[in-house]
Amino acid sequence: MKNIIGRKVGMTSVFTADGRYVPVTVIEAGPCPVVQRKTKATDGYESVALAFGDVKKSRVTRAITGHFKRAGLEPKRDVREFRAGIEGIEQGAVITVESFAAGDRVDVAGTSKGHGFSGGIKRHNFSGGSASHGQMIHRQPGSNGDTNAGHTSRGSRRPGHYGVDRITHQNLEIVRTDVERNLLLVRGPVPGPKNGLVTVSLSVKTKVSA
Amino acid sequence: MNVIDLIQKEQEKSSVPIFRPGDTVKVYSKVVEGGKERIQMFEGVVTVRRGGGSAETITVRRISHGVGVEKSFLLHSPRVDKVEVSKRGIVRRSRLYYLSDKVGKAARIKEKKAVR
Repeated sequence: MKNIIGRKVGMTSVFTADGRYVPVTVIEAGPCPVVQRKTKATDGYESVALAFGDVKKSRVTRAITGHFKRAGLEPKRDVREFRAGIEGIEQGAVITVESFAAGDRVDVAGTSKGHGFSGGIKRHNFSGGSASHGQMIHRQPGSNGDTNAGHTSRGSRRPGHYGVDRITHQNLEIVRTDVERNLLLVRGPVPGPKNGLVTVSLSVKTKVSA
Repeated sequence: MNVIDLIQKEQEKSSVPIFRPGDTVKVYSKVVEGGKERIQMFEGVVTVRRGGGSAETITVRRISHGVGVEKSFLLHSPRVDKVEVSKRGIVRRSRLYYLSDKVGKAARIKEKKAVR
């Protein structure tokens, strides 16, 4: 199963076998035990719930502890469900980075960095006004649209809260895997801050040869 | 040591000789030509050492057929087979950009005779 939960460690660069020096994001992923195998019969849909990350026992509620106990596991910090490519995965299985190989294409999803209440320049790549020449518009958003309409058109780009969204980067190449240290090296940046939780799964853009 | 630093360290070669700008080096790099790989040698004066760790690059300058040629190499790249030092030079700059304005006798670098 090519789904796993991980922690973004940070970015660096590595040499590939053919001598290219590529930027990579290091993700510490797994080992992720299967906490629950949801089935159509009992839950109405098929999925696999994976757990990841250590947590202090005193921080876990009894309900969560009990849920893990049913799978014969110690409580973990985070649980995520996956619904794609889960054939043959049963409760008790442990997913590690071994299920991935260099060259695989993956989608990486995470929670983007928070930018607070941001203006149009940062949030929507507006251009902003001239700094000098008597201009009095510097970082203002400018016109808000047609006044004859009598209302603001939907989806109009304005300042507002930016970041802390779930973002998926698609079709990233796995440059290297490190089974000993549970590492995935993914080409390019992935969403979120360092130490942020990310999920890595086989890219929806990958053509599966049946 | 954190994981990022460890990965960086693993990229670095253990066998890079000690040299500095002003020294003359031979750089043996692997080139792919018509599907075949062979080793190409480029000898010249090191004008710049730039960056640190596995990202370090060197710029080597030589005069080839009367034309100045500068080539940059990623020092720790697997495509750079080896680096040999052939001459030690005496220079008082870490970046020898002034060499590109000089030709012939003026572009010479004083050689350090004693062994370090």
